[in-house]
Amino acid sequence: MTPIDNQTRAFNAGAHPIPFERLRTLVRTSAVFILLAAMIVGFSTAQPAFINLANQMSILQAVSVVAILGAGVTVTLAVGGFDLSIGAVAASSVMAASYAMIVWGLKAAETVPLVLAFGALVGLFNAFLIVKMKVPDLLATLAIMFLLSGLQLIPTAGRSISSGLILPDGSTATGSYDPAFLLIGRASLFGVVPAPVAVMLLVAPALYVLTEHTRVGRLLFATGGNEVATRLAGASVPRLKTLAYVLSGTLSSLGGIIVAARVGRGDVSSGGSLLMDAVAAALIGFAVLGLRRPNVFGTIVGAVFVGILLNGLTMLNAPYYTQDFVKGVVLVGALALTYGLGRSSR
Amino acid sequence: MPLLKIDGLTRSFGPTRALGGASFTLDRGEIVALMGANGAGKSTLVNILSGALDADSGTITFARHPYAVRSPADAGRAGIVTVHQSTDRVGSPGLTVADALLLNSYADGSAPFFLSRRTIRRRARDILTKADFELPLDLDFAELSAADRQLVAIARAVSRKASLLILDEPTASISKPEAERLYRILKRLRGEGMAILYISHRIADLQALADRVVVMRGGKVVGSFNRPVDFEKAVETMIGRPLQSARPDTREATGAPIFEMRNASLLPGAAPFDLDLHAGQVVAISGVLGAGKSRLLSAIFGNAALAGGTMRLDGKRYAPVSVRAAIDAGVFMAGEDRHRSSLMPADWPGSTLAATISLPHLATWFPSGFLLGRREQAEAQHAIHRFGIRTSGPDAAISSLSGGNQQKVILGRWEAEPSRLLLLDEPFQGVDVGARHDIITAIRSNTQRATLIATSDPEEALEVADRILFIDHHTLIAAASSSASAQTFEATAR
Repeated sequence: MTPIDNQTRAFNAGAHPIPFERLRTLVRTSAVFILLAAMIVGFSTAQPAFINLANQMSILQAVSVVAILGAGVTVTLAVGGFDLSIGAVAASSVMAASYAMIVWGLKAAETVPLVLAFGALVGLFNAFLIVKMKVPDLLATLAIMFLLSGLQLIPTAGRSISSGLILPDGSTATGSYDPAFLLIGRASLFGVVPAPVAVMLLVAPALYVLTEHTRVGRLLFATGGNEVATRLAGASVPRLKTLAYVLSGTLSSLGGIIVAARVGRGDVSSGGSLLMDAVAAALIGFAVLGLRRPNVFGTIVGAVFVGILLNGLTMLNAPYYTQDFVKGVVLVGALALTYGLGRSSR
Repeated sequence: MPLLKIDGLTRSFGPTRALGGASFTLDRGEIVALMGANGAGKSTLVNILSGALDADSGTITFARHPYAVRSPADAGRAGIVTVHQSTDRVGSPGLTVADALLLNSYADGSAPFFLSRRTIRRRARDILTKADFELPLDLDFAELSAADRQLVAIARAVSRKASLLILDEPTASISKPEAERLYRILKRLRGEGMAILYISHRIADLQALADRVVVMRGGKVVGSFNRPVDFEKAVETMIGRPLQSARPDTREATGAPIFEMRNASLLPGAAPFDLDLHAGQVVAISGVLGAGKSRLLSAIFGNAALAGGTMRLDGKRYAPVSVRAAIDAGVFMAGEDRHRSSLMPADWPGSTLAATISLPHLATWFPSGFLLGRREQAEAQHAIHRFGIRTSGPDAAISSLSGGNQQKVILGRWEAEPSRLLLLDEPFQGVDVGARHDIITAIRSNTQRATLIATSDPEEALEVADRILFIDHHTLIAAASSSASAQTFEATAR
């Protein structure tokens, strides 16, 4: 006796769009790009330095970490989950990388795989809590976020890590940052493209293809769309969820590596706003192309959108303390665009 | 002047006409049973009366006034209360039974702002006294049986002074003694002047309760039978043809069975049973809600474990540890309630017709892992032709299709690759008569595999199957040929 509601909805969805509806759809799908173009034109007119290549690259460099973390969150959103631990994973990866090089004296070639493995391990543990222990994803990753924020303070007794660090047992650390490691954050490809941007340009298309154009991607989204149907179609839902959280953890630690290489020290307060920024990018991504769902392309555009806005406003001498407010306004606008216009066009 | 007078009621959903001018009347102190096959328009009619849907045209007069309500709450105020089949929405876990009884007065503000346990108990007790039956007031609502939840809903209806009570399949998920208690209560309410309209197919219900049976078919009221009701005739009117006509093309079981179950028990303690399925044969399993139909199919599909017994597929031992193992062995299943078991939500990746079909076959169709090439589209196009799916093409959103066409897509999914055994759980839910005919033809045209269909509707079982089995208390109890009448079904199934 229940399918009536579903039928009503189904038939409304199939209604023929009248011209006004079509315009609405066009606005919904391209609004973010129209705004983006307007912003670029506006900022370049007001401040010609905005448009030069160096500034464009610095914008991309500023958003690269957020975009990489955002891509990870997008994958967890696709399986119907949510990874709140990404910021904490990135921050503790900064500490882990610094600790590995300064205290253990490891080189870049050892540090990078070690830190990536750390991120993957956290993702695996998240998945264990969510899949095996049946803890709701938000709660599990929130708990892990707390755990990691505390854990990263323990080895150094709460101190930031830099060369000559005095360890809790009184001895002095002898290692230092490997110059090769610092290149990850500071080198430029052909003297133009900063290394973090290059990493983003590798990671983003790879994840885009994985989620949108592969079998695994289809099944990841299927898990988030209808878990029962996915299981009854013969796919292993636990395995797909585990994959999503491991990917998210690994990408977060990659973000942490870039931050560490850029800053050159293990700062206890690093990565503070990463979680919020990455989640915001992923949610703004819902509005890009009017898809109303998590998508990697949208997430990257969302991150760049916020980056351009902040950079432009800074060039126009907007004070730094307005930044969070601006991000909030963009997010609210994007969500209203996604859900408000989306709903009425159904 | 009757209490309720419905005249020429129509309602369409897109291209589907669910109600095509339904008319009937109902008096105070009368119990009327509403009968009709799937898609006959019963639910639409009830949904309009309960305020969940609007009619396109037609008039309803209730208690001498034109009846136009915008919501179930409106309907309740006007005096029509509906008790739905899924009684878990009557209250919520964490509330006591007393709270659940008082939910209406909490919501409409007639309860005091500050509530003490004593006030709640006193008011709940009053409601039960008025309805004249007992319920454990301090129990958590979640621990209440389905039958008792129904009584909570009925007690609330009485406390709201409803003059028309609508019951949707009230005995579908309750035991026989519980059903008899319900009959007594309903008869007493009738004595007090309440009108009762209930949807049911069970002969037992109809015999025990109905003063009159109203039969719907194709969105219209096609017959009305007064007491003593000729049920055989009523069922024939409902399905629009004589009952005795067996399938002209019934196939007998020949050769070795494709699938065998020996000493199988679905739950610990349930009586063991055997089951044989042959190539080309369509076997229907019928039984009431909760009898174990879905559990049996799930066990064969590797989605639930058997409590005991063995299975063989093509003579070889078959013990699937997962759904994947079952699919790899050639056992496919289309689950009950397609929205829950098979479809992606609208606007989500994988919600197109083609992607719906390909979901279980992705690994076979795209061995490289990348979704390249036209395989998915080609398979979808093939299914569209084969089943006559009405759609704009392979990339159409599955939500834009009617229920019958959606069900054809699901069938297309599981026919896209060859199987040895196809399991279909309630494949005709929300499917109109025309699409049902197409689906039955398609199911029966495959003679290579065995097909097992679970359905709670005896008429559907008759229409599709060569052989009909009954399940009760998680065990197969008897077999009937497809020429058995609906009455024998009910007698056997009880």
